[in-house]
Amino acid sequence: MLLNASGCLDALAAPDVARALDAFVTKTVTPLPRDGNTPVRIAETDVGMLNSIGLANPGIDRFLTRYLPQLELLGVPLWVSVGGFETNDYAEISSRLDDYSTVTAIELNVSCPNVEAPAESAAQIVAAARLATRKPLWAKLSPAVPDIAEVARAAQAAGADGLSLVNTIRGLKLDERTLRPVLGPGQGGLSGPALKPIALAAVATCYRATELPIVGMGGIRNGLDALEFVAAGAQHVAVGTTLFADPDAPARIRMELHAAARQRGWNTYEDAYAAAHEELLSLRTT
Amino acid sequence: MRRERLSVLANGAVGPYTLLRLRRGGIDPGVPGQFFMLEAPGRLLPRPMSLCLAPPRELAFLIDPIGPGTRALCALEAGDELHVLGPLGNGFELDVDRPLLVGGGIGIAPLPYLSERLGAPPAVLGFRSDWHAEAAALVPSAQVCVEPTLVTELIPKGLDVLACGPEAMLAAVRALAPDAQVAWEAPMACGYGACYGCAVELDGRLKRLCVEGPVLRAA
Repeated sequence: MLLNASGCLDALAAPDVARALDAFVTKTVTPLPRDGNTPVRIAETDVGMLNSIGLANPGIDRFLTRYLPQLELLGVPLWVSVGGFETNDYAEISSRLDDYSTVTAIELNVSCPNVEAPAESAAQIVAAARLATRKPLWAKLSPAVPDIAEVARAAQAAGADGLSLVNTIRGLKLDERTLRPVLGPGQGGLSGPALKPIALAAVATCYRATELPIVGMGGIRNGLDALEFVAAGAQHVAVGTTLFADPDAPARIRMELHAAARQRGWNTYEDAYAAAHEELLSLRTT
Repeated sequence: MRRERLSVLANGAVGPYTLLRLRRGGIDPGVPGQFFMLEAPGRLLPRPMSLCLAPPRELAFLIDPIGPGTRALCALEAGDELHVLGPLGNGFELDVDRPLLVGGGIGIAPLPYLSERLGAPPAVLGFRSDWHAEAAALVPSAQVCVEPTLVTELIPKGLDVLACGPEAMLAAVRALAPDAQVAWEAPMACGYGACYGCAVELDGRLKRLCVEGPVLRAA
């Protein structure tokens, strides 16, 4: 499947872009409405971009009454990204989403670099959400941890059905002239091509550690990038920063992905799944 | 909105700025004040530019080379190609009785097209130097001032102000003409509502300029 990275598309502002995806992932929803962070919120870097939006969202009440009914009309499967500031926030929102049949999955954003992180561990949050909903739970992890395999295994043990890898990692850009931070809040989340090798490593590591289904994302700009994520162990891929430069990216990347797989001797890109781990796979079959 | 690869017809200096002229292709010029995302060669993100002029089969943008993206755009040569997405956002409302165009610096960019659509109404333009003021030639019927004189000193009362310029100028314009239509500016990654990066605080509320603006009337 091809998805968008959470927070990188407003399906109501650009419905045609959302319809070109296999599922639309919402911007993170929190219990209460949030205006988001003080501008300036974005900055380009040499090989990526920084953002500090700060989880601007209407809050779960208005999301359910005003936004979800409109999103349902798109005819695209919906994943809702859930955020919070304590374990209970995630459980509460997951429980409220449980009754909505149009929500096909919940992504737990336990790793936003732009707001105060919940003190609890990813695993505690997954465990709490697991008790609150029957929906598939995808834990979105940060690669900025000493051992992502450990975090992934803990999320799996707590009941995660899949992993979304990776969230942005914190970066800083200074104004050339004033040497002050460009972003209003100071630092922001780094995305784009700079993130790709870090994300690929996280996908490969978590694939080996858990064999959970993975949505791979981080700097995917073309079909070959996407195929690399599949080979590293991602069943699905998501595009983020690329959507900003090219709203036609989903259809283009889908075409390029198939072509890139065929050029390398696979019938479909799915056949390339985990191909980077061939040595490991052959060890298991013997 | 539509995204197409357009070719450069010419790129010429206007004072310190550059007028980038593109073959229009199948892209609609839209309403004055609307903007386009221009691929900046070698950069990750496109740059938002309001349309400056819309001669037949052309789109022209006035660009101030202030950073790596705008410098790359100013360095394009005839025959080069770039992706263009647009038109985007909300432009000026053209149904006004006594229009007065007010512009400052590179903020005059959307005014030549606006002037054409309104039949060359009076305009007041402010610049930081005579060199920058060379761009005033793009706007017919313009009265020009150079710092330390401020453009707000030239605004007569009782006209329908349509303004674009630096934030301090726009704040002063709104103090003089509370009903003014004002085109704002903010860094933008996408231009079509996806990134939430272009939020600006106006009248105590954060607004996404790309979908709620860039032209806003005072609340």
